[in-house]
Amino acid sequence: MKTESRLEKVLAAGHIAVTSEVGPPRGCGVEIVKEKANMIKDHVDGINVTDNQTAMVRMSSIAGGAIIKQMGLDPIIQMVSRDRNRLAMQADIIGAYSLGINTMLCLSGDHPKFGDHPTAKPVYDIDSVNMINMVKNMRDEGKFQGGADIKNPPKMFVGAAANPFADPFELRVMRLAKKVAAGVDFIQTQCIFNLDKFEEWMQGVVDRGLHEKVAILAGITPMKSLGMARYMKNKVPGMDVPDEVIKRLEGVSKEQQPEEGIKMAIEQMERLKECKGVAGFHIMAIEWEERVHELVEGAGLYPRPQV
Amino acid sequence: MITAEQKPLQEIIGYIAPYDKILLVGCNECVTVCAAGGRKEVGLLASALHLNSLKQGKTIDIKEFTLERQCDPEYVEEIVSYIGDVDAIVSMACGCGVQTIASRYNVPVFPAVNTKFMGASISQGVWAERCQGCGDCMLGITGGICPVARCSKSLLNGPCGGTSAGQCEISADVDCAWRLIWERLVELGIQDRYEELNAAKDWRPAGGGGPRKIIREDLA
Repeated sequence: MKTESRLEKVLAAGHIAVTSEVGPPRGCGVEIVKEKANMIKDHVDGINVTDNQTAMVRMSSIAGGAIIKQMGLDPIIQMVSRDRNRLAMQADIIGAYSLGINTMLCLSGDHPKFGDHPTAKPVYDIDSVNMINMVKNMRDEGKFQGGADIKNPPKMFVGAAANPFADPFELRVMRLAKKVAAGVDFIQTQCIFNLDKFEEWMQGVVDRGLHEKVAILAGITPMKSLGMARYMKNKVPGMDVPDEVIKRLEGVSKEQQPEEGIKMAIEQMERLKECKGVAGFHIMAIEWEERVHELVEGAGLYPRPQV
Repeated sequence: MITAEQKPLQEIIGYIAPYDKILLVGCNECVTVCAAGGRKEVGLLASALHLNSLKQGKTIDIKEFTLERQCDPEYVEEIVSYIGDVDAIVSMACGCGVQTIASRYNVPVFPAVNTKFMGASISQGVWAERCQGCGDCMLGITGGICPVARCSKSLLNGPCGGTSAGQCEISADVDCAWRLIWERLVELGIQDRYEELNAAKDWRPAGGGGPRKIIREDLA
């Protein structure tokens, strides 16, 4: 084992892993973090805490993660390269690990243009590939990015994102290969709605044997409504929502749409469980944490393994 | 070249409000090419300022002069004869020109343009950013397309997950630089190079090491 990460242990034991996420509040609502974490805690192996998602200021992912850790749970903190240079990143990684956080996700982050501070200077000192490499070297070599030795280095299980649906499609497997070469341990993919395309990407991943070097958790987002599906199709960058998804939600009454969305997500998970290279699921139930347990149970992934 | 755009007229009027004798100085280099601060724009701005002062019931004396290169002390010397006779200078050059004048003459200097970026003309009347002067050019490994200047996140190892239909997540009007790089590498038959890791950038030559300077001993 490289780390103390529960996610690492679950994956190493050969189980299908399940993670989900909590978006921290836009204020000091500690109870909100606890409430959301409590909704999903028995059904997941790790809880992502987002980092200023969509470039909106929120409670920091590390603070949210520390609260979740104090509850005896397993936070996965997200870190975006948009808001920190390499000094701040490493200081925060050491700080997070010192608070008991052992799993993290390295991301570029949405451009500030999307958020409520569009006048901010984007940092982007290092990209997500170099962030992965930095966190790995902090762990395995005990070295800072600048080259100096770290006393008591942080031992993070290192994750990253992959979007099989963004253009150009043909370089998306190579993009993953770069993250693997940089030392990533696990991947959480973008929300999958176009399963055919995901499986095509996965075939490319398997053909290169990358699935043996990195654990890929398939991103699942249940659609709450037809409106949400249309929004994700038309407004969210890099999202691929096929017309069938829209049509299926159009085919049921407004009241039935949430149930249909849950049903679709479970069907996706059932299908992807059979997809070679899928090591688990990352459920992004956006402001819908209370339904996560239904997906996990529905897909036959409950109870979670004790490791 | 360095691109620029004229500031809003009201801002310029605000700067010169306390003054009656103005020297308006253009530049024959980049700002002429991008039609922001050459001889023609100097004439137009002078007319606009005159018109404004007439409306205010004031008279204003504006002398016009366009230098060959305003970022060069040798040319900036050419306006020395006006200096005793003006109480403010308005420069239509880029920030380099404004500062060269400010460092030479003990007269208030105001910029009439906003200096924008190092860009190239992509069609008549359209300029786009192409270089951020990072001081360590990587165009040789990115197919001649710069990810530092043209990727909204200056990513060095490929496109983020926000690319939609080949365009950047910030706007459908912005090409994804990594899509362009990829297409170019494919066109050249060297797409395998994409997988070479580009290490975290040393930002010192890009300005992270403080204000930059080139000293050529052979010329100095």
